Amino acid sequence: MKRYVIIGNGVAAVGCIEGIRKIDADGTITVISEEKYAAYCRPLISYYLENKTDLKRMGYRSEDFYQNMKCDVLYGRKAIRIDHNGKKIILDDGSALAYDAVCVATGSAPFVPPFEGLETVEKKFSFMTLDDMFALEASVDQNTNVLIAGAGLIGLKCAEGLRDRVAGITVFDIADRVLSSILDTECAAVMQKHLEENGIRFMLGDTVSRFEKTRAYMKSGKTVDFDVLVLAVGVRANTALVKDIGGEVNRGIIVNNRMETSIPGIYAAGDCTEGEDISCAEKRVLAIMPNAYIQGHTAGVNMAGGSEVFDKAIPMNSIGFFGLHAMTAGSYYREDQGGECHEEKTDGRLKRFYTRDGYLTGFILIGDTERAGIYTSLIREKTPLETVDFNLLKKIATSAAFMPEVRRKKFGGAV
Amino acid sequence: MKRVYVNEQWCLGCHLCEYYCAFANSGMKYMATALKGKPIYPRIHIEGDEKITFAVSCRHCTDPICVKSCIAGAISKIDGVVRMDQNKCVGCLTCVLVCPYGALSPNEKGVMQKCELCLMNSFGAPACVKGCPNRAIVYEERGDA
Ligand SMILES: Cc1cc2nc3c(=O)[nH]c(=O)nc-3n(C[C@H](O)[C@H](O)[C@H](O)COP(=O)(O)OP(=O)(O)OC[C@H]3O[C@@H](n4cnc5c(N)ncnc54)[C@H](O)[C@@H]3O)c2cc1C
Repeated sequence: MKRYVIIGNGVAAVGCIEGIRKIDADGTITVISEEKYAAYCRPLISYYLENKTDLKRMGYRSEDFYQNMKCDVLYGRKAIRIDHNGKKIILDDGSALAYDAVCVATGSAPFVPPFEGLETVEKKFSFMTLDDMFALEASVDQNTNVLIAGAGLIGLKCAEGLRDRVAGITVFDIADRVLSSILDTECAAVMQKHLEENGIRFMLGDTVSRFEKTRAYMKSGKTVDFDVLVLAVGVRANTALVKDIGGEVNRGIIVNNRMETSIPGIYAAGDCTEGEDISCAEKRVLAIMPNAYIQGHTAGVNMAGGSEVFDKAIPMNSIGFFGLHAMTAGSYYREDQGGECHEEKTDGRLKRFYTRDGYLTGFILIGDTERAGIYTSLIREKTPLETVDFNLLKKIATSAAFMPEVRRKKFGGAV
Repeated sequence: MKRVYVNEQWCLGCHLCEYYCAFANSGMKYMATALKGKPIYPRIHIEGDEKITFAVSCRHCTDPICVKSCIAGAISKIDGVVRMDQNKCVGCLTCVLVCPYGALSPNEKGVMQKCELCLMNSFGAPACVKGCPNRAIVYEERGDA
């Protein structure tokens, strides 16, 4: 009987468990879970603050999941070292777990910049875990002024979640626009305007030079008074377990398309990894949920002796704030990089398509997101644009833009 | 497994399938009271142009990317049918972003819905098939994976 160990208990871990069980019904699976919860939907912590979900519904799988999958979960335990020669995992209580195959699914941790005076701020929080969210929830009320560091996805989702619970929210970011990693300048401006209309204040292109208890002195010379600080500047992949034993690590743990690390018997999946982004043919950390699940599943199948590859990873996000949805995918090449941008604009809706060498490499949609998966599939499947009616597609996402025989294949049989 | 297929040469683009779908999933007894004077949110829809029209609904993929991508753990595949747990869905639209067929859309409350082959409603078999006047939409087995 094979012994599988999974380090971490997020969505990548669940994918891994389901992948293993697809192939191997009998091997033992042990999950080491630093957090004391069954796998939950991490992105829903902001929806919890908005009362749009609750703890029970946030569970990623049903309550009997681990039991059905015949998994042992060690809650509140942390793996501190992988002994790859002795093939065992050393835990924080000093015990050791023998393995035949291990999957590192440790996710990421918030990155906290060395702001001067940060230690004087009493109420400061990250916004990554259920416990972070509970702590934040307990320290705000209708009189609280919140300062959020970081206008990225996590910072802004936190702002949305808190809006109706607090007196005011100010978000600052050193970048000159919101969501700078997924939106271009024009699209970011549309989203920023919408967020401002919904009561969020911004200080962009600015950062804190010094904190003094409940006051932030900004580089620009402005000052901001706040009660609670949320740090959402960025995240760093948890790579130490593999790095410490000489495995190949860059920003994330390097994996191939079977989710193997450079060390035999050690696999990795999810936010802790760096795999190939096919929209730019480079290795990247793609810290998104679909990627975490699919990588985990791929790792699991291969750990159990099956064969699965994941070679269609691209960055993609569907993110809405106060009713306005944005969807983004792929890479946006500038003109000097050989890229071309095609824009479709109608009242309040904006679509931008980025193409290069006859392929769609990325897009940004704001407002009109209907059937956007048709666009995503063009990137993922590397469909030559000369084989579709791209002018039609720019206006409306429809399978009518495909050639009849392609469409018949898509819709005419089991897929 | 039986799935819904449309023969695009026979599809008239009449949109009746959309009405039958909306009715079947309304939980109401009479079509008129269920649909009259209201915007409809069907789980099948017509696409096309002057030359060709076709109905689109969930393909119940062998390896459904929506299931793997849902950030709320709300989509699952049970006995071959891809199902949406509307109680868990938070309306983030990630499934719309990944479905290559354009088969998912939100209902009037912004909660996602999709074709579940009418197996969960009182029809028990796809209402769009039953309602298609030209028999362009069929429910049958076609070489499964
Ligand atoms: C507020 C927020 C909103 C988000 N919104 C979206 C969204 O809309 N769409 C999207 O696609 N993605 C979103 N994400 C990202 C998404 O949540 C992640 O991509 C996903 O959760 C990654 O899953 P994972 O299993 O790789 O890692 P994680 O979910 O981070 O799980 C890793 C687990 O491993 C544990 N761990 C770490 N080290 C050890 C150790 N040594 N021993 C034992 N356990 C350990 C950690 O405690 C953690 O519980 C969001 C994230 C946040 C925080």
